[in-house]
Amino acid sequence: MGLVSQPAPYGRPAPGRQATPHAGSTTPPPAAGRGTPSPAARPLPGRRLRPAVILRHTLAWLVGLLWIVPFLGILMSALRPQAELIHGWWQLGQVTISAENFVRAWNHPTAPMGEGIRNSLLVVVPSTVLPLLIASLAAYGFLRSRARVRTPLFALIILLLAVPQQMVAIPLFRILRDLGFINSYAGLVVTHTAWALPWMIMFLRNYFATLPREVEEAALLDGAGRLQIFWHVILPLSLPGLASAAALQLTWAWNDFFMALILLYEPTRLVATQRIPLLRGQYHVDWGILTAASVLTIAVPILVFALLQRYYVRGLIGWTLK
Amino acid sequence: MDLRGARARLWADPLLLAVPALFLILVLIVYPALQTLGLSFLSKDGAFVGLKNFADVLSDPETLNLARFPAHTPPWGSLVHNAIWILLHLPLTVAIGLGLAILLRDVRGSAILRSIIFLGMVTPMIVGGVIIRFLFDENAGIVNAFLRLAGLQALARSWTAYPDTALLSLILGSVWLWSGFAMVLYSAGLSTIPRDYYEAASVDGASPLQQFWYITVPSLRPVTSVVVAMTILWDLKIFDLVYTATLGGPGGSSMVLALQMYFYGFRALRFNTAAAVATVLSLFTLVVGIAFIRSSRREE
Repeated sequence: MGLVSQPAPYGRPAPGRQATPHAGSTTPPPAAGRGTPSPAARPLPGRRLRPAVILRHTLAWLVGLLWIVPFLGILMSALRPQAELIHGWWQLGQVTISAENFVRAWNHPTAPMGEGIRNSLLVVVPSTVLPLLIASLAAYGFLRSRARVRTPLFALIILLLAVPQQMVAIPLFRILRDLGFINSYAGLVVTHTAWALPWMIMFLRNYFATLPREVEEAALLDGAGRLQIFWHVILPLSLPGLASAAALQLTWAWNDFFMALILLYEPTRLVATQRIPLLRGQYHVDWGILTAASVLTIAVPILVFALLQRYYVRGLIGWTLK
Repeated sequence: MDLRGARARLWADPLLLAVPALFLILVLIVYPALQTLGLSFLSKDGAFVGLKNFADVLSDPETLNLARFPAHTPPWGSLVHNAIWILLHLPLTVAIGLGLAILLRDVRGSAILRSIIFLGMVTPMIVGGVIIRFLFDENAGIVNAFLRLAGLQALARSWTAYPDTALLSLILGSVWLWSGFAMVLYSAGLSTIPRDYYEAASVDGASPLQQFWYITVPSLRPVTSVVVAMTILWDLKIFDLVYTATLGGPGGSSMVLALQMYFYGFRALRFNTAAAVATVLSLFTLVVGIAFIRSSRREE
């Protein structure tokens, strides 16, 4: 039919065309699943596709709007004085931007968010660095091991990914209590570290497997030991993979609520996520404070995501899809 | 010295490097998990009671309330709530994730749109719960403003505060929060399908719909199995979202297994009952985990 050789096959909406500079040489991607022009529509000129392109863009941006509205809502509610919000945050007749809600949340009398965010940072940084170090060592060990036990051990580690935290909660609380680690960040950091290890070992093992073997063998011939190879060859070559693992773990440790809930209960030691449920008023909900605290708590993971987006998404894809 | 000699010089198997990790995993995950399993077979005084705790949990209306299900409004029991969560959330996540991935593929500014939709995945679920309450609040919530605008005054109320709508509002909120995950994976999956497939198919006269069913869907099967497994695991483990939005209420109408375990174990101090709930929950998650591992083995 000669369709392939033609630069612009009809019968398919080709919205990417205007965006790509090489539109003439690349075949526009198919729009699978959209029952728009059928083979019968082929003889029509390409201009007919315009409405489809516009429709697609409108739909896409409407969906984007729909998805961001909830975030916009808490941001507006946090930034504006409560008196202005009686008829809803979407009323834009009079918009006053003020930091009042943030100040009230930051210095809240019973659950100050400022303290919570500081505590969260104290927990999250070691909870990211420690598992990264321990898991990368283990991942390298699993990759190069010839021992028979490595296969069942690795299977066990993968299986642990499915275990819910509730399954360990009571004995874990008792163990850490007996060691004097309740209400201590050390206890929470060690717990976060242990729970990060299974997925990190799996992720980093798969990452290390993609590294060229020759560099490692050259170092081996030069007389380097395993630890030296790990430290001077494997780790420097793996920075993108380590960045992915760090971005994901940083977010997950920050977002954690359950482990903190059972291991920390002294009021001054609570992390940020633990304080949010405490900010709800007794008889009515103070949305100003609650949304300001939410914005403060969400800001850190969003910042991590914005800065490390490439590594973040690649980590998620690589980890689940190999 | 050749490579073999160099390897022989290393005195031990590299698996030794995994010892610190294995130690932490054993002490802080495997050992406590086995202890929980043990607790679930014991009475409060430490006597072996077999499956009694499980029988108690399963006959407790908080877990399984078949007198109310499905003829009456919730509470139907945490087990039913988790099941409904999966039944509603899973197909919606797959459909919306794939739909968004396809829709955004050739749209200008798709990177921004993808980031916006992905924000829910970055959000702490404890904040996700606040946002859900805020969205569905009678006065502050935009959902109710839209309902009033549409003339549906009767539906405009704080959805999370009524037994018949609490669970539904949480599930809808989780769809909004979680769709970004499926979308990102499907987007990555779509980009791996060679364009020649579609070209060849359209030369043979396949319609876009046929191309979708016979090329896109089968090529994305590995992605779909990841999305399905992760979504079910997430729905089973759901905790934070419910904790801030409803605390399982009103009257247990949005109670889920993980939260029920927390109430038994850390509020009522019924450790053995809590252990039984945790074990039931783990049984479900392990079945999903094993099924997923087996299906990905088969694909290799």
